[in-house]
Amino acid sequence: MVTGKGGTGKTTVAAALALGLAAGGRRTLLVEVEGRQGIAQLFGTNPLPYEERILADAPGGGEVRALAVDAEEALLEYLDMFYKLGAAGRALRKLGAIDFATTIAPGLRDVLLTGKVKEATTRTTGQRRAYDAVVLDAPPTGRIGRFLNVTAETARLAKVGQIKTQSEGVSALLRSPMTAVHVVTLLEEMPVQETVDAIAELTSLGFPVGRVIVNAARPPLPAGHAVSSAELRRGLLAAGLPADKGTVSGLHAEARDQVIRRELEDSLRAELVELGLPMTELPLLPDGVDRAGLERFARALVGAD
Amino acid sequence: MPSEDAAPQLDVDQILADPGVRIVVCCGAGGVGKTTTAAALALRAAEQHGRRTVVLTIDPARRLAQSLGLTELDNTPRQVKGIDVEAGGGELHAMMLDMKRTFDDVVLQHTDPAKAAEIFANPFYQAMSSTFAGTQEYMAMEKLGQLHARGEWDLIVVDTPPSRSALDFLDAPARLSRFLDGRMLRLLLAPARSGGRSMFSLVTASFGMFSKVVQKVIGAQLLTDLSGFVAALDSMFGGFRQRAEQTYRILQARETAFLLVAAPEPDAVREAAYFAGRLREERMPLAGLVLNRVHRPAVENLDARDSLTAAERLAELGVHKATADVLRAHAALVQQAVRERQVAARFTEAFPAVPAVSVTAQPADVHDVDGLRTIGAALSRP
Repeated sequence: MVTGKGGTGKTTVAAALALGLAAGGRRTLLVEVEGRQGIAQLFGTNPLPYEERILADAPGGGEVRALAVDAEEALLEYLDMFYKLGAAGRALRKLGAIDFATTIAPGLRDVLLTGKVKEATTRTTGQRRAYDAVVLDAPPTGRIGRFLNVTAETARLAKVGQIKTQSEGVSALLRSPMTAVHVVTLLEEMPVQETVDAIAELTSLGFPVGRVIVNAARPPLPAGHAVSSAELRRGLLAAGLPADKGTVSGLHAEARDQVIRRELEDSLRAELVELGLPMTELPLLPDGVDRAGLERFARALVGAD
Repeated sequence: MPSEDAAPQLDVDQILADPGVRIVVCCGAGGVGKTTTAAALALRAAEQHGRRTVVLTIDPARRLAQSLGLTELDNTPRQVKGIDVEAGGGELHAMMLDMKRTFDDVVLQHTDPAKAAEIFANPFYQAMSSTFAGTQEYMAMEKLGQLHARGEWDLIVVDTPPSRSALDFLDAPARLSRFLDGRMLRLLLAPARSGGRSMFSLVTASFGMFSKVVQKVIGAQLLTDLSGFVAALDSMFGGFRQRAEQTYRILQARETAFLLVAAPEPDAVREAAYFAGRLREERMPLAGLVLNRVHRPAVENLDARDSLTAAERLAELGVHKATADVLRAHAALVQQAVRERQVAARFTEAFPAVPAVSVTAQPADVHDVDGLRTIGAALSRP
């Protein structure tokens, strides 16, 4: 499970993790559940259907497949699996049963989504599991506790029946050592705060937290960073650049803002270290994350394990 | 910036000062500074334009909430003290949405106390009002409707929930109506309305198979709870729905101004463009785009290449290491600004008529009234 505040790059990290875990001839499934088509956008492919499709080859003969789970399709598939609905499934849709189910209990949606993840994780072909790892681009930190815990909530509501059995199964898997919830953050105040809060929430709900992943990180500040205007002026002259007042004061202001920013980053980094969890930093790639960047992230994430 | 060259300049002061504008809705992807923008606009409306303003925040950062005096979540607007409103006579009130409490209030308002107690005790209600996703969007709309109906404020500034999609906020009333019109609901309610014991007693044989499936899948107990919940809510659906539709119409009216909030990042800009399209479809008044966290070099006449070349020259000479560092940082800043302009242009190309304003990135996060004031000023004089 990869979560993080919106805008921290959790889809990118989830994709890199799926790629890294597939290296050396393994097979992974990268799943998205929020209908955002973030994976397709990242890889520049057509929108993903509700179908496991080959997304990318991993170095060393591995393979990443991708799946965009749609709650309505998942519900029909699920009903069909247990009850051989056939045409009755279409009737259900016509009656508005699907709409009904997901509106009256929006939580059912989450049950179906996590249920699909469990199905893919435990599926076997012949003697071996269909996937060596399943990576979920999960809902953001603000919703992750609710999303993962909805199965326990549902098991409590439904005292008997298939949904109860199903919910309990998912709940157990999500709390088992097979699961790790990784939290992606930036070195900015809100994402770090949400990371700390989410980890506390996940821990209290009994979900195994994996690592903290700092995305778009710049290296810590070197010592001796302050530069005076006079020094800057001499430096500019030595470099053969214009050293007029405007240029010097402009660059000086830029440098000062940088220092403020970097000091804040250093203190946020220290706050994350205090969580006592394994931490991986992925560097800021100025030109955005292309395929080579994803593979670099993949090595950083998996090499760290 | 091309986004500013191509798009008309957004004048937030004109919106905030216009007595005809009663609601400003800030929407956009998560993590783009929506809450901060909403709070900064509300503060500016109170301080600079003398308006009695309330800001409805959904999930503010702790320190920002504290700076607005929102130390407790009591679901009613509280006046923000210590702001500079002496000249204009404006006021700023702030509140944080408590979705469970809002839902409870709706129930209490639309039904008698005995029925309300029955609803509150239903496990389905407990789960739906506090746990399940989606309720926050309904309740944000409901709260907006309530604040508007009270008529106490000149201006209501709304922050929208950090939904999986910003559209959930807009879709909430329509989904509610569709749900209330649904045949499923009528089927479920039929026995309750006729006093029947079994949920599906009135249902024909062709439906029998379905009911068996439902019973098997979700369990009879759940079905009973659900049926009780739906039946109990039935009495208040009319009022609830009417309110949702009213709020929807208010959002379409001229008194509302939607502001899209984005950061110059591909995902956020894509989400903003998507939302702009939806607002147009729904005939909702889009006032403009606020582009937060835009990087702007303080020195314009030194490009990235010259800056890097000079840094390398200094490094080769082994002198002025600090200046070389500054030049490298400047080059990175120039490159970042160029990339951001390209990303922002994607929105402007798709919606050339939508006014836009850029707010320069602050070196540190904003969590006090002074910081909000600075953002408000930057919004007005970019």
